[in-house]
Parts: sequence; structure tokens; C-alpha cells
Amino acid sequence: MSELGSPASAAPLRLPEAGRIDRTVTYGFSFNGQRLIGHPGDTLASALLAHGVHQTSTSIKLGRPRGIAAAWAEDPSGLVQIEEPFPEPMLLATTVELIDGLVAHGIPGQGRLAEVPDSARYDARHVHADLLVVGAGPTGLSVALAAARAGARVVLVDEQSEAGGYLLGSNERIDDRPALDWVAAATAELAGFADVLHLQRTTAFGHFHDGYVLALERRTDHLGASAPRNRSRQRVWRIRARHVLIAAGAHERPIVFTDNDRPGIMLAGGARTFLHRYGVLAGRDVVVFTTNDSAYAAAVDLADAGARVHAVVDARAEAPEAWKEECTRRDIPVRTGQVVCGTEGVDRVTAASVASLSDGALGERDRIACDLLLVSGGWNPAVHLFSQAGGRLRYDESLGAFVPGEDREDTTVAGAAAGVLELGECLADGGRAAEAALTALGIRHGGLQAIPAAGTGSGQTPPLVLWRVPDPDGDGTAQFVDLQRDATVADIARAVGAGMRTVEHIKRYTTIGTAHDQGKTSGVIASGIAAELIGRPVGELGTTTFRPPYTPVAFAALAGRDRGSLFDPERTTAVHAWHLSRGAVWEDVGQWKRPRYYPLPGEDMEAAVLRECAAARGGVGILDGSTLGKIDVQGPDAAEFLNRLYTNMMATLKVGSVRYGVMCGADGMVLDDGTVLRLADDHFLAYTSTGGAAAVLEWMEEWLQTEWPDLRVYLTSVTEHWATFPVVGPRSRDVVGAVFPDVDVSNDGFPFMTWRDTTLGGVPVRLARVSFSGELAYEVNVDTWHAQAVWDRLIAAGERHGITPYGTETMHVLRAEKAYPIVGQDTDGTVTPHDLGMAWVVSKKKPDFIGKRSFARGDNQRPDRKQLVALLPEDHDLLLPEGSQVVEGPNLSEPPVPMLGHVTSSYHSAELQRTFALALVKSGRSRIGQVVHVPVGGSLVPVEIREPVLVDPEGARRDG
Amino acid sequence: MQLITCPYCGPREEVEFHYGGQAHVAYPADPSALSDEEWAHYLFFRDNPRGPFAERWVHALGCRRWFNAVRDTATYRFHHIYRLDEPKPETT
Repeated sequence: MSELGSPASAAPLRLPEAGRIDRTVTYGFSFNGQRLIGHPGDTLASALLAHGVHQTSTSIKLGRPRGIAAAWAEDPSGLVQIEEPFPEPMLLATTVELIDGLVAHGIPGQGRLAEVPDSARYDARHVHADLLVVGAGPTGLSVALAAARAGARVVLVDEQSEAGGYLLGSNERIDDRPALDWVAAATAELAGFADVLHLQRTTAFGHFHDGYVLALERRTDHLGASAPRNRSRQRVWRIRARHVLIAAGAHERPIVFTDNDRPGIMLAGGARTFLHRYGVLAGRDVVVFTTNDSAYAAAVDLADAGARVHAVVDARAEAPEAWKEECTRRDIPVRTGQVVCGTEGVDRVTAASVASLSDGALGERDRIACDLLLVSGGWNPAVHLFSQAGGRLRYDESLGAFVPGEDREDTTVAGAAAGVLELGECLADGGRAAEAALTALGIRHGGLQAIPAAGTGSGQTPPLVLWRVPDPDGDGTAQFVDLQRDATVADIARAVGAGMRTVEHIKRYTTIGTAHDQGKTSGVIASGIAAELIGRPVGELGTTTFRPPYTPVAFAALAGRDRGSLFDPERTTAVHAWHLSRGAVWEDVGQWKRPRYYPLPGEDMEAAVLRECAAARGGVGILDGSTLGKIDVQGPDAAEFLNRLYTNMMATLKVGSVRYGVMCGADGMVLDDGTVLRLADDHFLAYTSTGGAAAVLEWMEEWLQTEWPDLRVYLTSVTEHWATFPVVGPRSRDVVGAVFPDVDVSNDGFPFMTWRDTTLGGVPVRLARVSFSGELAYEVNVDTWHAQAVWDRLIAAGERHGITPYGTETMHVLRAEKAYPIVGQDTDGTVTPHDLGMAWVVSKKKPDFIGKRSFARGDNQRPDRKQLVALLPEDHDLLLPEGSQVVEGPNLSEPPVPMLGHVTSSYHSAELQRTFALALVKSGRSRIGQVVHVPVGGSLVPVEIREPVLVDPEGARRDG
Repeated sequence: MQLITCPYCGPREEVEFHYGGQAHVAYPADPSALSDEEWAHYLFFRDNPRGPFAERWVHALGCRRWFNAVRDTATYRFHHIYRLDEPKPETT
């Protein structure tokens, strides 16, 4: 609490009584550097108005002064930047709850993001309900009560700090008592039901299919410094409701007239809310401009609170009798058949020009001095959530507004959101809606409940639909439709003049409805004005599409806890800690963390990789290959199943042997590759690429389930069950032989492409002689639990041979020297096994397999298909950037330059003592030995096309 | 987010499912007997109606089982969900 002097003297427009603020506590805050005061229960807007501060900002394009124009989220102009407690741009002063020490200032149309990290926590919760009620105004409360009493699981959300909705800003009565007594009793009763979740400060901002609604709860900002540190700042509620009942109320609509954007021009209902809810008089000298009855209440209430109301300007020919009497009693002149056609003032309205309007023509102008001009052009039901989920709207002639135009199975709209504007009728409509929803849900209820009585006034005089007042001396360039976008009637006229005939086009041309408020006040008016200019009924023209979010939602809230390391799961192998202790530099491969290389002190990547490559080719290296996908394939028909999926023969694979296989799509393009072990007649273990594991399993399941349900095969992912450590290089036999003395590791006893089971200290281990490096290699497989121990023994046994752990970068260099392709790097979904030079992996004996028929298609027979070849730059030190184009050269022809292909992989080779690359080149295999060119950094570099396998083409090392 | 009723698990959120394209497009009995054009029709040509459409789905992040559904492509509404061994329901 700040000691800043007595509230009464410091805030001259704060009334001594009235409102739902706590005058016993005074908050100090700062706005535009000025020290001001307010109270618990205030918004920033109400506290500013209590000091007579209307202007908050200047407009984005024209720099015109703009102020607070409404009392809640429909305000199109009262934007502020918060600096303390945490910088936040573009908030509405009307929706910022005042706290002690708040620091804010107005903004010129745009705010500024915080430059420090947001340390607040954001989270999300799921909740399921029979009935979600959006809005805790009179309608929503009566629905929630009826449903709760019937035993339904109810979620009730409301965006304001307390329940009551429209009643908070009025002096209505229910059952002949203050309406807020009824609200208090209703919320107290709801609190007694275990199956009712009632959330205030919670905005339902998105309504999706099947009763799925997202709502944002603001949990700490209003508590200021006393907010518990462990409480999340905001929470996204993911609500799944069997039925959604929208009781979101209605937004008052302005009327467009010349210079209608000055501070001090405000929606009539907003001024009434500032009076009744916050005890603030928004002005002392008031003019009210209306097309309907509702604004009279504002005139009367403000007069009763001490304001001088100089005129009620009613565009209709006849004023409502009852209201006319009320005005007469207070000496408020009522001017019927007249409109406000202009204003004066710079940073605050000082006068309104009033004239008669008949047959579209303005009469003589009359000037009325004022510091507050209240406007009401009628009410737009808040149909946003209904429309977001696909609900169709209908134009209601009598309301001059769009209302829900169809019944939907799982959504009901009730009360003002459905165009029912009188309090008594809202209460009745809520009861009816609850009954219908409960019946539809099959929840027993005691029939229609007693409806509380509320005055319905003396009956409404029909409103007049008036979108805009003619511009007396201008062309509409100062008649603002969307204040946030500085978009005017003239802009709409220009759009229509340019041939736009739909509101969606006009919206994009003028940007109306695209700002912070998403057209809450401007959208329907824009449709109305465009319809007039085009000469079509507004109901035919319609509105633009309502899309989530209803009000702005911070990305931090949407992200919730899914930030940093929680953004996506991180998968680590069993020996992750060892890699970490060796200073591994990581590469993310899908969700896996894989060591990319292990730099020694002073080494960069190139040096480390050259050292690791040399060790694997000259001594012994070890790789953590545990991330390889592994699919266990079992069943009597497992062999037949794999035979149909792989391009090569799998049924003939012997138990104890391993075969490399390629899978293609039905279009014949390479999908994945890997080795297959036959463990028993009816049992295989298929290895996939690290990135392809999930997709390959789904691919296998698809064919098994949808095409070959007769095959008796079971598929199980065992990727994480097995750790896989290739021990690679001429000394690998010594290391593996030392660790597994029971195994005959000689070439005769354990030949290439076979596997052996053994044990180590009682732990089962499977060894496989496969090679992704072209070297003599043994792949050690052990269950994940014992993996670290086995790894440690391999490292220990390898020590005297200089065993060198290597990462994915070295793995890539070694395999590229052997032209072993990486699916997805050297292939791109247009590459066949033949293009990769692997015709040998395509069976000619099998009658059919997936992809076979496509190999015979004309397109796959073209001689100019791109084929995998090696490229050797003439400059041995030049590393071709991966992705580079391959062109004929030596000079570029006129564009478009014919492209021969592109570089897919490119590395420094320790073995070759030079750089090399793999590339897909048109007719590449018939161009071996030719020189082509690659553009690198602005010049054309000559490269020689070579056979793809550059190291040990005979395979002597691997087989040794 | 829609709810999709897996015939084996019940209603689950849409993100658990993967889409599998048009249903009832059988793998040809003898692909080698087809002309290039006929094979291309199997590979690349699918219907794209506005309205009810029989399509395949898989409960990828659940039971991993495939099933068929008739869904209205204009409203996204699922009209029928049926197992692979059940016939395609009559649609109008």
C-alpha cells in the first residue's frame, strides 16, 4: 500500500460511494510517468478515468490521440504498455487489474516485447465435463445452477474478476433485490457442488470440434507482489465438454460519424459500468448519442450520479415514452430524429455537433459542449465461439445484428449471445437452454426451474439500424471504423471502388478487424457500411470468419511447460553419461541425442573427425549405434512377409545369418534400408535407420493389416531394448576376441554377414558381423540394462589398441567413402535402388514385392535418371557444400542453366587425404571419368565424376 | 481437435491418429499384368469428393491398428467407423 495522500482529493472523478472497489486500501501506480492512485477492484482504465485521464495512446498510422472507449475487451483503442511488474506490450487498460506499484504507459499503436526472459511459469490442465458454460452473467449462472442441481459435471468459465457479467455494471434488480445479491447466492450455491468447476479470470478463447474448448486462466497478475511464487502465472484449460453452452453476452456497437475517435468518446454501456462497478464518473458534461433504448439508462444513471447530461440524441423519430419521462424528470433534453455528425477537441472531446437526419440528409448543425460523448448503435451478440466451431450466423433485421442461425447438436447459445437482451428474458432463456441441454445429455432433471423475476422495463422501442452518419463536409477520411487500424469509411469506399464485393476481400484490403480486438466493435459495422456502398442487404454480405483466439493469448501461455528441454522428449542411449564425460559434441537425430564427435583438447570438428576416421580405418574405433531402429518380426509367415516388403530375397536367409535389405514404396522409391537377422525359422530382427524406425514399423503394420491380414506375423518395436555398439577396424577382431573369449572370431568361424549369441558374465550378448564402414567390424548387441558394463569392457580391452570412440560425423565419412547411402540425405523420395547403383539388391526371382512393378515403368527406365556417383574436386582441399548444383561448365550458359544434379554428401577423407563428395547426377554412371562443374562461392569448380565406392572397392577389408 | 472413435480403444483425440488416404483401393492381384497406365492409376489416382468419403485411419499412437471410416470432407464429421473386415456401409 502506498502513502500517496487521500484518495478523494487525488482522484476527482471517483465517487464517494458506489462500485465494487475497496476504498479502505489505496494502491499507487504510475502512468506516463505520473503518480496516480486506485483501489483493489479497479482496472487500470477505471483508475485512470477516476483521475480524468482518457487518452492512453496515439494511433498507429495517423498519430491521433486515442482513449478508453469501453469498459472491457471490446475496447478498440485503450492500449497500454506495462513496464512493471513485467514488461508486456499492447494490453488493454480496461482488462488490466490494478495492483500496487503498477507502471504503465500509453503506446503509439505498437508495444515493445520484454528484453529479459520471462521467468514466470505457465501450465495447462485438462478437464472433462458434461456441460461447459461460457459466461457467468445472468444467463450463464442460471444455466450452471440448473445443470449443477441436476447432478451434471459442470465447468463454468468467465473472463472477468468476478461473476455477474453485465450485472456488475448496472443497477438491475432480481426478485426485487439488487441483482448482485442473486449473483452472490448463485455462486455460493455452485461452490457447494463437488462436480462444478467455476473459474473466473478465465477466457474461453477457442472453440473447436467435438466440444473442445481452450480457455486461458490468469492466476497471479491481480495478486501483485503477494502472488505465491510457485503458482503458474497463466494456465490453459483444455476443456472437453459433451455440450457447450455459450452465454458470452453481447458487445455494444458504436456508430460511425466524423471525428468519432477522440478521447472522451465512449460506448454508453462502458460509462455505465465505470459508474456502477468502479464508482467513477467518466465525465461531467455528457452527450448521449443512441439508436436504441439501452443508452438511456446510462444517461439517467450518470445524471443521478452528478453529471450534467446536456442531451440524449436519439436517431429514431420517436423516443421511448418511459425513458422520455425519466429524462424529463432530470431535465435531460431528448432530441429525436437527430444525430451526432462531428466533434471538436484534441486530446479530449470538447463538443459534439448535432443535426437532424432525414432521408440521408443532415439539417442545420448545433454545437453542444461536452467532455464525454456516449454512443450506442445497438448490440452485437458475442457469437465468436459459436462461429469458430462452424456455426452458421443469420442477420436479424430487428436487432441489426448477426445471431446464431442454426441449432447444433453439441452447442447451445443463450441469452444476449443469442440476441436476447432483456434481463428477465435472459434468465428465462438460460433456464430453457439448461433444460434442453440436460435432456440432450440424458441427465434427469426436475423440469423447468422457477425463473427469478426481473424487470423487463416497459417494453422496448425497436432500435434503428444506423451504421454511420453522413460526413457533412468530408469524404469519410475522418470517419473511423476500426480505430486500431486507423481504417475509415473512405478506406471501405476505396475497397468497394476497387471492385471488392465480399467482406473477406474488404477486410484484407482495409485491414479492418485484423488488429488486437479482431473487430469486436468494427466487424459488423464494416459489413453494414460495405453493404450500403455495394447496394446489397447486409445479411447477404455476411461477416468475416470468426477465428480463435477470442482475445489475444501469449505464446508463453500456449507453450506452457513445453519449453527448453521439455519442448520435445530427449532420447538418450544407455551410455549417454559416458559420452558426456568424454566431452562429446551432440547431434540431434530426431529426438535422439547422439555424439557427433569427441574433440580432444584443441581439436575442432575437422581435426577430431580426421583422427576418428584414421583410427577406425587403421586401428579400432567404437560407435554407439543404439539409436538404430529395431523391429522384432515373429510368426509362421514372418519370412513370407519380409519377402514381400524388401526388394531382395529374405525367405532364403539362413538362421544365423544377416542380410542387408532395402524397402521401397509401391512407387519403387527407396523408403529405408538396414540389416535383417534371422534368429529362428519364424523369428527375424529387422534394423532400420535411426530416423525411420517409427515410420517403418507403421509401414509394416499397414501392409500386414490392410493387405495381408492372412499372414500370421507379429511386429514389436525393440529399439530401446537393445544397445548396439559397432566395434570397427582392423584391430576389432582382437578387441572382440578378448572380451568374448568363448566366441571364435576368426573369419572362418564367424564370417561376414553372420551373427552369434554368447554371454558375458551371464548376460546374453549378440554379436553380428556387419559393417557400415567398409572395415572389419563386429556389432555388439546387449540389453540396455547391461549396456554400460559391456561398453566399459570393450573400451578397456581396446585400450592397448588405441580404441577410439567416434561419432555420427565419422560414421558418415566412413560410409560415404564406401558409397553406402543415407536414406533421406542421398535419397529424396525420387530415387530407386538402381539409381543408387544397387541393382544387386533387387530380386529378379521373386514374382512380386512392394515396388517391383514400378521399376518397369517407363519413367524408371529413362537413361538420364539421376544416379549416385562420387565427385572428386580437382582442388583436393575444396569441400563442396552439400546441396550444391552440378552443371556442365566450364562456363555458365544463359539462364536457365541446365542442372545435371546436386551434391548429397561431402566430406574430408583421412584415407584419401583429400575432399570428396557423393552426388546424384543425370546419367551419372555413364559419365564416370568426365569433368563437370559445381558453383561454389561465385566460381565454377571442376570436379571429376568417379565410381561411387572410393575406398576398398573389392571389399577385402570388410570380409577379412 | 476432433475426437475419433477407434473401434478398438474408443474415442481418442485426433493427434493420436494418422491418415491413410482413400479406403478400398486394393493392391492389384497381379501388378505385372497391368499396363503402365493402369499401374499409375493404382499408384497415384484417388477420389477427392466433397461429402462422404471412405478412408483409412490408423491409431498410430494407441493400439497401432488400422480401420476404415466414412467421413464427410466438408463437415469433417465421421458418419461410420468400421473394422477392415467389415463391409463398407451404405452411404447416400
